[in-house]
Amino acid sequence: MAPALITVEITVNGKLRSAAVEPRTTLVDFLRDSLGLTGTHVGCEHGICGACSVLLEGDPIRSCCMFAVQADGMAVTTVEGLAPERGRLSKIQDAFCETHALQCGYCTSGMLIACHALVEHTPQPDEAQIRDAIGGNLCRCTGYQQIVDAVKLGTQPGYTVRADPVKRAATPENTVVPGASNG
Amino acid sequence: MADAMTDNGGFKYIGKHRRAVEHRRFVSGQGRFAADIVPLGLLHVAIVASPHASARIVSIDTSKALALPGVHAALTGDELCPAIEPMLPGVDAMQVKRYPLARGIVRYAGEWVVAVVAETRALAEDASELVDIVYETTPHVVDAEAAMAESAPQVHPALGSNVIYRRQFVWGAVDEHFAAAAHHLEYRVRWARSATVPIETFVVTCAWNDATRLLDIWASIQMPKFPDLMAKCLRLPGNGVRVHFDVDVGGSYGVKRGLKHSVLVGYLAMKLGRPVRFLEDRLENMRGGDMQGPDRIFDVSLAFDGDGTIRSMRMRAIDDIGAYAGRSPLQLGKPVGAIVGPYRIASVAYEAVSVMTNKTPQEAVRGFGQAPTNYAIESGIDKVARFLGLEPVALRRVNLIGKDEFPYLIPSGTHYDSGDYATVLDKALAAASHPELVAKRAELRAAGLLAGIGVSTCLEPSGGNSAFEPLFNPKNQTTTWMDSCLVRIDLNAAVTGVMGTSTSGQAHETLVSTVLGEIFDREPDSIRVVHADSLNALPSNSPVGSRMAIMLGGAAAGAAKILRAKLVRLGAHNLQLDDAEVRYEGGDVVSRADPSRRMTWDALVEIAHRHYHKLPPGMEPGLQEKFVWEVPTGGSLPTADGRIQMYPCHSFESHVVLTSIDPQTGGVTIHRYVCGHDCGVMISPDVVHGMTYGGISHGIGAALLEKFAYSEDGQLLSGTFMDYLLPSAQEIPPITIVDHCTPSPLTEFGQKGSGEAGYLGSVAAIANAINDALAAHNTSIDFLPMTPQAIWRTLNATALPKENA
Repeated sequence: MAPALITVEITVNGKLRSAAVEPRTTLVDFLRDSLGLTGTHVGCEHGICGACSVLLEGDPIRSCCMFAVQADGMAVTTVEGLAPERGRLSKIQDAFCETHALQCGYCTSGMLIACHALVEHTPQPDEAQIRDAIGGNLCRCTGYQQIVDAVKLGTQPGYTVRADPVKRAATPENTVVPGASNG
Repeated sequence: MADAMTDNGGFKYIGKHRRAVEHRRFVSGQGRFAADIVPLGLLHVAIVASPHASARIVSIDTSKALALPGVHAALTGDELCPAIEPMLPGVDAMQVKRYPLARGIVRYAGEWVVAVVAETRALAEDASELVDIVYETTPHVVDAEAAMAESAPQVHPALGSNVIYRRQFVWGAVDEHFAAAAHHLEYRVRWARSATVPIETFVVTCAWNDATRLLDIWASIQMPKFPDLMAKCLRLPGNGVRVHFDVDVGGSYGVKRGLKHSVLVGYLAMKLGRPVRFLEDRLENMRGGDMQGPDRIFDVSLAFDGDGTIRSMRMRAIDDIGAYAGRSPLQLGKPVGAIVGPYRIASVAYEAVSVMTNKTPQEAVRGFGQAPTNYAIESGIDKVARFLGLEPVALRRVNLIGKDEFPYLIPSGTHYDSGDYATVLDKALAAASHPELVAKRAELRAAGLLAGIGVSTCLEPSGGNSAFEPLFNPKNQTTTWMDSCLVRIDLNAAVTGVMGTSTSGQAHETLVSTVLGEIFDREPDSIRVVHADSLNALPSNSPVGSRMAIMLGGAAAGAAKILRAKLVRLGAHNLQLDDAEVRYEGGDVVSRADPSRRMTWDALVEIAHRHYHKLPPGMEPGLQEKFVWEVPTGGSLPTADGRIQMYPCHSFESHVVLTSIDPQTGGVTIHRYVCGHDCGVMISPDVVHGMTYGGISHGIGAALLEKFAYSEDGQLLSGTFMDYLLPSAQEIPPITIVDHCTPSPLTEFGQKGSGEAGYLGSVAAIANAINDALAAHNTSIDFLPMTPQAIWRTLNATALPKENA
């Protein structure tokens, strides 16, 4: 009596991804379970907390309130797709690190999605605009202050990302033991 | 703390801005939360819960559920309960047993009755809808005061009463002080049932291995002695469970004590021989997760003189803990350690009454009862001020313990270690600024709004231990509340610190690496901190009671200091010098007389790991040290009259708030929010500030929005986020924090704990602000939450028929 599976094709973080899902599978469960993209989180499954926020064709939506089949043929960006490239951070991600805009990290993915969407449309938002944009993302750790600070900081003209790109060192220090072989 | 060996004055890393090391993974979506861990062959649980507040289970038919393909089990209490040990309360009431599933009787709407296990969560939910349960409802009680009556329906008949704990404490000459005082006033305030409601629900995955006979557990846990209790309940030896503490926990703030969830899943994993996961959905979490918070009625009398000096206090706290008891009765005990707040009140009578009703059980919530108690005390301070016609700030100044009076002994036996309450209050008032608030308040009133300024001055006890256990249960003689750290410097000269418990946003990796960096004088970002599992961890008592900066920070420092001394010994030995003739400098050991003679960090590491012939006699090879220690001031039992040193260190906060109320709607706007905060030396200021903002946000929610409301039938009315309202960035105003520092004499760096910062004084200040606004209408609101409807009704009380608050 298993429901018939439907194949969906969704562009996720720039790559065409496909999986066979039940019609009732939500978009967030597709992302997490079918694609292993566990950066998007589930908090309420009734569209209030915003932890599941992703960008759908550039707009933030609640992926817990949408079926994967509804996103067939569309483009989704998750938190894993916000950085300019692997090992680097976007300005907003970097600013979050600078102002301590997160603690447990659970709402952070959705919060970043909302902030990126805001900044895409409003490059230098004021406090009211920021609070409005993240008004649909609940956080129980931070009291929002440092998140607002992060968006203000990260949208200042000339803000440069301070986080080091993650790179493999050419020769790690201290591995060469003079006059001895390894082991 | 200056260190003679390093010649550094002050701190190099402690107290500085530093990016938390945890950030990188969370902003990239690379966190590892419990639901992200998916062992092969994972099965999923869905719960069938009781719809009734009190009922006898007549029959359970799981046949249709089991017939569904992909369903592996439909577990009932009849099978589960005899196979495990019950969870017991923290007070001496062994008749109040608690199991993950009901057996024969359900005691609250939402209590778990059947656990269905299937290949997918969706399938498990499909199957759970096919379970047929016949109930016969029985009388229930949902009001705490009604439940105290002998004739009330008994939640646990075996106990003989719904009052699971009751004790009257009298510290000092209360009756005399009341008789001698010029005035006294009585009041009642009610702290509504709310909780910290993390955005991540509770999740637990267990996997049992028949060959190794080991139960692996990944859970979003924040709980002392969780591995030990799991083993005990599942009748496994202590080394038969392995809790993985390296799971990122999505917020907890006290509540994630998912013992019943974990015992259930552990049993299922052992029964089925496959990994099993229970991931609470939000509905299960709100109603049956047993993570609701204190639900209190405070009846308070204050005795005071005409000049405002408060002589004595009588307080009775009735706490509705719901249908079962975990640590919840003890939540009435912790506030004993700061029962007079920051005031010089000479005597106190405190009666703690813990009552069971047919509602969802209560769990530990941030502050473990201190926030409601502070609300009760601070409400009284403002009432006294109003009575005497004194300004609330002025009245506080009359009573605040002075900075030269520390360590200050309060009537219930705790010494406050250090503080300067008046200065913190002054700083908060200045930052507001208070004269500007007064002017703004007048403006708002002139514009037709009600407006009020509220101040609170509240203790934040820290360094949590379990001194309230023996206080409330003489059969429990636990006085050890240790924590630990293992530090190693590896073959490649890199430093790693190992901690033995879970983290839920407190940035412990940052804390430990900062401390280790400070002691070793090495770059903290080069130091890695990992979480052990419960088999290879040194003992820990979890991040509770604002203890980790003190205890984990102290343990990390302790281990690092031993290691550093070893490096000095090793270096001196290889320089043919005495220890006193060398200096430790950034990881190198240098001759004081001739600085060109030095042993570098790398050279010392190589000797320790590889050149045994160069070690001083008797020195252990390698570079690894542990440090395990008892909480400062811990180790004593309470006196017969219930006096005890509760927590060691005492942080302090003073909130100053300006609010307005729209008389048409009762809606509240917060115009200005300032918090003065003193937690001694801050190891990670950004982290401390973050905690404080977050705590204030919890407080605003508890004050204005949040309540687990129940109908007369014991049905939870606010079981979703559409009804249980969490504040968003629109409800939380910009907040200003001003810091002060009175170091603790008891800790390594002078740090005090601050994990509960903001929450402990926030509700009190907001309530005082609203009541300052309502005073102009000769009325007050003495219960939470102060929703628009509640405020509107208060303002229009004469026009409305009487109804329950």
